[in-house]
Amino acid sequence: MLNGIGNIAYLGASTLFILSLRGLSHPSSARRGNLYGVAGMLIAVVATLLIAQGAGIEVVLAAAVIGAAIGALLARRVEMTQMPQLVAVLHSFVGLAAVLIGVTNYLMPAGELGGAERAIHLIEIYLGVFIGTVTFTGSIVAFLKLQGTVSGKPLVIPGRHLLNLAVLVLCIAIGYRFLAVPAGADGVVALLAMIVLAGALGVHLVMAIGGADMPVVVSMLNSYSGWAAAATGFMLSNDLLITTGALVGSSGAILSYIMCRAMNRSFISVILGGFGAASGTSSADIAGEVVPTTVDEVCAILRDASEVIIVPGYGMAVAQAQTTISDITRKLEGLGVRVRFGIHPVAGRLPGHMNVLLAEAKVPYDIVLEMDEINEDFTNTDVVLVIGANDIVNPGALEDPGSPIAGMPVLEVWKARTVVVSKRSMATGYAGVDNPLFYKDNTRMLFGDAKGSVDALLRQLEAA
Amino acid sequence: MPMTIAVPREIRDGERRVAATPETVGQLLKLGFAVNVETEAGVRASFDDDAYRAAGAQIVSDPRALWADADIVIKVRAPEYHPALGVSETSLLKAGATLISFIWPAQNAALLEQLAERGASVMAMDSVPRISRAQKLDALSSMANMAGYRAVIEAAQHFGRVFTGQITAAGKMPPAKVMVIGAGVAGLAAIGAARGLGAIVRAFDTRPEVEQQVESMGAEFLKLDVEEEGSGAGGYAKQMSAKFIEAEMALFAAQAKEVDIIITTALIPGKPAPKLITAAMVAGMRPGSVIVDMAAEQGGNCELTQPGVVAAVNGVTIIGYTDLPSRMATQSSQLYGTNIRHLLTDLTPQKDGIARIDMNDDVMRGATVVYEGQISWPPPPPKQAAIAVHKPAPAKAAAIAADAKEPARGSRSTSLILLAAAAVGLLALGAVAPPAFVAHLTVFVLAVFVGYQVVWNVTPALHTPLMSVTNAISGIIVIGALLQLGTPNALVTVLGGIALLVATINIAGGFLVTQRMLKMFQRN
Repeated sequence: MLNGIGNIAYLGASTLFILSLRGLSHPSSARRGNLYGVAGMLIAVVATLLIAQGAGIEVVLAAAVIGAAIGALLARRVEMTQMPQLVAVLHSFVGLAAVLIGVTNYLMPAGELGGAERAIHLIEIYLGVFIGTVTFTGSIVAFLKLQGTVSGKPLVIPGRHLLNLAVLVLCIAIGYRFLAVPAGADGVVALLAMIVLAGALGVHLVMAIGGADMPVVVSMLNSYSGWAAAATGFMLSNDLLITTGALVGSSGAILSYIMCRAMNRSFISVILGGFGAASGTSSADIAGEVVPTTVDEVCAILRDASEVIIVPGYGMAVAQAQTTISDITRKLEGLGVRVRFGIHPVAGRLPGHMNVLLAEAKVPYDIVLEMDEINEDFTNTDVVLVIGANDIVNPGALEDPGSPIAGMPVLEVWKARTVVVSKRSMATGYAGVDNPLFYKDNTRMLFGDAKGSVDALLRQLEAA
Repeated sequence: MPMTIAVPREIRDGERRVAATPETVGQLLKLGFAVNVETEAGVRASFDDDAYRAAGAQIVSDPRALWADADIVIKVRAPEYHPALGVSETSLLKAGATLISFIWPAQNAALLEQLAERGASVMAMDSVPRISRAQKLDALSSMANMAGYRAVIEAAQHFGRVFTGQITAAGKMPPAKVMVIGAGVAGLAAIGAARGLGAIVRAFDTRPEVEQQVESMGAEFLKLDVEEEGSGAGGYAKQMSAKFIEAEMALFAAQAKEVDIIITTALIPGKPAPKLITAAMVAGMRPGSVIVDMAAEQGGNCELTQPGVVAAVNGVTIIGYTDLPSRMATQSSQLYGTNIRHLLTDLTPQKDGIARIDMNDDVMRGATVVYEGQISWPPPPPKQAAIAVHKPAPAKAAAIAADAKEPARGSRSTSLILLAAAAVGLLALGAVAPPAFVAHLTVFVLAVFVGYQVVWNVTPALHTPLMSVTNAISGIIVIGALLQLGTPNALVTVLGGIALLVATINIAGGFLVTQRMLKMFQRN
């Protein structure tokens, strides 16, 4: 009977999780959605405890209290600019949990299963552990790359595709052996060997991917963590795990797809990595000259403008300039200037990263627009302020078929009357491509650290 | 020796324009050319001989001498029979000289032959390719712009009411309703002029990508339910299917009953103008209504149009003027003269008064219909679309899918085979797998689809919270650990305990950070 009640509770939890994702369709319903998720989780945990009839409750309580405390601490402490790192590290936890649960499940005496059932069960364990391991090590590397501990440059080993393939084939071979031997020491050895190989595969996969592709990697790992949970669900015959895993898995996959589309690159080419290593070879010679400007001048053209669009990029996140930009926005609005934000889907290191940063700085979400919503409006814009962005405003993507980023949809800022680019130096962006925007007649370069420049700009606006 | 440019007086009856104005003459002189202008060439466009003289041109009274001395002749109308001299203008052209004017090579094959026989080079202002680089040369656009404006003025002249709605002490005046068919340059200019006078304007075009342009001019864009795209090569409309035309005609019939003024500008290159307004539709219009048929020269968009004149049918005025730009001669001449000056600037990059036609240049190649005595028309078609086709945001995925379709078509059979193999594999799995597994698989597949549907609805602004919340709920893996803790095996308990710990961090961290982020999202 308890099982029956438990299953219904699981159904309720699944529904709540779906509603939770559903709630994210709009900022106004999103918080309620998150609460649905919390409720679903509570129901699921309580129901599971009931089914397990309180077995090992001391361990459960201890682990839960410590885990919740650490989680709460992380959630409170994390800077919004560090969200990508946090998300990556959380993915690694799911991977780790999937691995541990898979291994313990193998160690546990499972009743006598025969023939096909045993084979399927073992495959489920093997697959769950494999995906879990790749997620775990991949996420750790992603975390280190985002944190800056490991260089963002892609690691390109010659013949890396063959290497990956070889590891994959080897894993399948070991898996065959894993199925053949009776449960026991031999099986554990096979499982551990696979874990080592899969771990190396996860590290190598993410090492090969360049810093600009991190949004894709993070969403891909998000997807993997879902599939790992789903595989665990198959292993434990637990529909709630399967449902939730599938939800998360497809969510991550869609995000990866959206990110790839925003860069006009195929998912496969991102996953195989190596992008951003090639020295940018643009076929077009860039004509024109760079016109530097001063804070005074930018201040004057902003005050004279009636339509301003701010385009933030990763540089804004690095320089922590979002709060000042929010103040500038309010100041300009006070002067009767209409200010909006244009966000490229892959700006930052996480899908939606810029939105979160601007929200943190109290920029109202209804003036923060997506690329597709705002791209038409640049023509009627007086001033575009580009802060710490490069590749996402590169006209070469549309005009130069020889450019490495050719065909990538970009924010067409150069159609505005004046473009002010705040940038540290003339260095190229992550894609390593020179940016013709900087040489356009209507572009003014405001050199310097993004934070320093916008701080000075705000002071100037307040003084004037 | 710099070349001499001749500007003859136009001989066509009613033609008031001239191919150069005092202003453009000054600019041509700066390019190094000598410029001769025929006596009274510009007088009907309000430019008198003294103004040309002041700009630096020579005034020549004898047309024969003018033509004979000229290396380049610039004109508005194509050469025709000169009534005063009794010969064709073609025969006046010096052998090997260059003629720049409207030519309409598709309609004037014989003229092309004659010009070729003279060993001339001929650049047709009507054949300039319609690409962005050539916009400064695009005389068709500048003339269409004038014509569109004038069409509204002519309509206003014959329309017995005002355009702007007003409420006065003497009663209410309803605003005029104007329908513009064809939103090319002329149509857009007409929309602008009619809006400027205060009318309510709606416009129709077979090319959906002009909708924004129409709306930007302040008119309503009329749409059909039929899906068909009418963009042809070079920014012109193409001919549409019968079903489309039927829907279109129904729309016009309905509109005709409602509007006061119809301005039609529909042209299909190389074909007679499509008949869009039937006699029945005209009969359905209110007395006092006005139709301006800007396609009159190509046969007219209205069945009752009489080219060149104003006709009245059942109280409806149908204006069939074919010389609308010429009715704005001063401005039209200035625009046309500037187009020609731009062309000559491109022909004389060194500003040394020697024009050279570069047949490798797409624009010049397109405009040149006779090159040194050889007919070079029609040119190879330009490849750029004149107006970038605008795709609305949701269609973008479809567009990308469409791009991918080409290679996919080749491998369609492969993917079919793969699909079949997968189906067979799944069926085989179903045959041996325990029923419980099949049930789980069902749940799994359905959940993937639910996830797919739900996640596409997530607004991009919330993608980061989406990741953190999915992260938190993937902590559901915790129940796997919970289910295992009951066993007495110490190793299992330790491993399960660690799994439980990290999963809990995930749940707590994920939900809390999501909540923290979502709290920050606020509207104005």
